[in-house]
Amino acid sequence: MADPTTATPASGKPGHRRRRVRDLRAMPGFTTTAWITIVTLYLPILVLVAFSFNENRSVVLWTGFSLDWYAKALENDGIRNAAWVSVKVALFATVISTIVATMAALATTRTKKFAGQGLVFGIINQPLMIPEIVTAIATLSLFALVKKITGLSGIGYLMLAHAAFCIPFAYMPIRARLETMTLTLEQAAADLYAPPLKVFTLVTLPLLGPGIVAGAMLAFVVSLDDVIITLMIAGPGETTLPIYILGAIRRGITPEINAVSTILVAVSVLLVILLFVVQRRMQR
Amino acid sequence: MTGTEIAKERKAAVSVRALSKTFGQGDYAVTALDSVELDILENEFFTLLGPSGCGKTTLLRLIAGFELPTEGSISLQGEGITDKPPHRRPVNTVFQSYALFPHMTVAENIGFGLRMLGKPTAEIKQTTERMLALVQLEAMAGRRTDQLSGGQQQRVALARALAPAPKVLLLDEPLAALDLKLRKNMQLELKSLQAETGITFVFVTHDQEEALTMSDRIAVMKSGKILQIGTPRDIYDRPTHRFVADFIGDINILEGTVERTDGYLATVRLRDGSMVSAHLGTASARSGNVSVAIRPENVRLAGAGETPTLTGVVENIVYFGAATNLHLRLGTGEEIVIRNPGAVDEGKYQPGATIGAIMQPDLIRVLE
Repeated sequence: MADPTTATPASGKPGHRRRRVRDLRAMPGFTTTAWITIVTLYLPILVLVAFSFNENRSVVLWTGFSLDWYAKALENDGIRNAAWVSVKVALFATVISTIVATMAALATTRTKKFAGQGLVFGIINQPLMIPEIVTAIATLSLFALVKKITGLSGIGYLMLAHAAFCIPFAYMPIRARLETMTLTLEQAAADLYAPPLKVFTLVTLPLLGPGIVAGAMLAFVVSLDDVIITLMIAGPGETTLPIYILGAIRRGITPEINAVSTILVAVSVLLVILLFVVQRRMQR
Repeated sequence: MTGTEIAKERKAAVSVRALSKTFGQGDYAVTALDSVELDILENEFFTLLGPSGCGKTTLLRLIAGFELPTEGSISLQGEGITDKPPHRRPVNTVFQSYALFPHMTVAENIGFGLRMLGKPTAEIKQTTERMLALVQLEAMAGRRTDQLSGGQQQRVALARALAPAPKVLLLDEPLAALDLKLRKNMQLELKSLQAETGITFVFVTHDQEEALTMSDRIAVMKSGKILQIGTPRDIYDRPTHRFVADFIGDINILEGTVERTDGYLATVRLRDGSMVSAHLGTASARSGNVSVAIRPENVRLAGAGETPTLTGVVENIVYFGAATNLHLRLGTGEEIVIRNPGAVDEGKYQPGATIGAIMQPDLIRVLE
């Protein structure tokens, strides 16, 4: 009885049981495929992280361990400013896009079917289909026009552009969550004398929570990560972290860049873990 | 007491007038309810019984306010509620899926309705405790609902719907998801709960046995229409429609021709030539070809020297403890079943034997 799967009680029908017993690891080529995938995905990141701790200036020649590059990166005003701009823009974009996405998701799942509902779905997801460079140039020319007419300038343009392209990313998990939630719970609340607003705040919103959190985090990461649109829109003093890194690379890769990138990776991983924990807790 | 006698004594809790509901439009329109008239009385355990798709759940959802009728009106204790949203109707629902709020504890679920009605915290607490005691879940107050068994969830759903003391409690197949033994227990529990609280229960089910066990009155529905309303005995002993007779319990249906009528009795010539007298009930067919029905337990084996109503060949003998069913093939090709209490003499009654059957004359009904 070495195989734990054969020891499970005979709960299902015999036919089902046999199928369940088949071990994924026993399939030909599974282990090889899995290793190739893991190596392709994570080896580059591993190399990046490793050389961020290099004592030497080289990113190909390991000489010894040090945290110097992290200290340097954190002292670098350019990096600190860029990080601050990134966080500001990402936070604004996250809040706006999550609110809009939540409303859109509610409108496309919690109302009577209306004419053109499929079209609305397409319109919301359009930014995912159009090449980003096209969106970037389109946004640039629109903003140039607006700037000329209003005379306004500032970081607001960048924030708005980010908020716009984050909407579909926030929309997807929220909509997915709403679709798995049956209307019965909301009907039960209404049946128990909850007026529509209370149904929303006491039942729909709490249950939608994991979806909204997932959408917000996805929006945050996508905004933090953006290069193409930011490159077009960002004015002077609006350099985000990815743009800074891009600029620094032109002068050659240093372990300092590796250190900044490692911090970015760490933030993303932390967010994903947080998301996982939140979802687990809320689903219980 | 018959259904009509009860109706005269009590007031209506729910009155439904010319209620119709159509889903979809044009060629795709489906009529779920077709001009339904119904009075559900105060303090009554009323059951809507019928196969799936007969409109029973639609009727319940219209009373709850989850759907709006295409035509007709609904009133609650004389007050029109046809266009009111669900949260303004003093009725509560026990959902088939229970629909317990997963992000709230058992106690919070039960107190939800009272909280929405703006009751003081002390009262909510007190009522919640009383409800928990009523459904014997005191120990579970702080649990999350997904930590409960199916039967326990069912009782929480019941307590939650009863807590605000609704004028009418609507139950949408609440026992369907429970296993047989638990279902039997809950049937009795529900019945006694209804008697205890004095609240009008409107119960939807497709299980005829459940309906007969629990109800004061039953409405049998088919294709969006109510065919018959009556006490369980009315429905079982005096079915008016072939569908009702067939849907509830076992029944023998034979074809015949009305020879003459005398008040509520008709003399019917069956296809094999034998004459029986049958109750007309509300049947509109008073001449020509009719169907007559009799329950298997009201047909008995003809004893020695008795003149049988019908004669046939035994096809099958099915013994199941308390009774034995004898399947008889008549000369006309029709089949009838005789339910004989206990076992039969195996030497005398065997497949292939020709035997006589006697139908209790006062228990034969003419069907619609």
